[in-house]
Amino acid sequence: MSVNYGSKRIVVGAHYGLRDWLSQRVTAALMAVFTVLVLAQLLLVKGPIGYDAWAGIFSSQWMKVITFSVIVSLAWHVWVGVRDIFMDYIKPVGVRLALQVFTIVWLVACAGWGIQVLWRL
Amino acid sequence: MTELAKKRPEFRNINAFKDLTTYRLPPAGWVSILHRVSGVIMFLLLPFILWMFDTSVSSEISFAKFKAVFNVGVGFVPGWFFKLVALALMWAYLHHFIAGLRHLWMDVSHDAVSKEFGKSSALFTLVLSIALTLVLGAKLFGLY
Repeated sequence: MSVNYGSKRIVVGAHYGLRDWLSQRVTAALMAVFTVLVLAQLLLVKGPIGYDAWAGIFSSQWMKVITFSVIVSLAWHVWVGVRDIFMDYIKPVGVRLALQVFTIVWLVACAGWGIQVLWRL
Repeated sequence: MTELAKKRPEFRNINAFKDLTTYRLPPAGWVSILHRVSGVIMFLLLPFILWMFDTSVSSEISFAKFKAVFNVGVGFVPGWFFKLVALALMWAYLHHFIAGLRHLWMDVSHDAVSKEFGKSSALFTLVLSIALTLVLGAKLFGLY
């Protein structure tokens, strides 16, 4: 086996970034479908949309499960995107690391909040 | 030959204020950078989005509070300010959504990867996202 670590580590080539690229696409597609799904249910509401109609959309178990996967997808999608932006614009390693740590905490916290709201309903 | 020898300007360190303002981006370039900008806006406003989800969905009382924030305001912050933030989010979502679909379309179709389609789909993205933002924004501010 050729050495692939330390200064000899290959950082470009086949499959590097493929997983990020693919997961960003799959999560995006899921969120796009979810958007259409929620919009369709909103448009089916007759008359002004009050609390019952709005909360009713998210109250069924299947909708909660889908919304849950969308929240997880969102966090994953944002992580890939924001990391790309940091890699492009933030060069000092320390600053980049700090921002990445902030991003992870931010996303995990937000996802937790969203999931809590969902299953309290 | 002599024309070719003319040195083109080289940018090693881009100054955000001096150099970026001289850039003339094609439509696809605008869609690309705005895709990033809209993504960052939504990323930073995630707590606001979750607050909206929380208050609007949790109970009748919180739903009323949710509406009051946009109609009356909260503390010293007037309602129209929250509507403006919501408007920014609408644009960000619409742009990110349409530009994202364009991205996916270009990923699966070789025909879509051409100079012509790149330009026309970019213009379509910019125009449609702004037009929908205006239509929804007019509703948000009670113009119809």
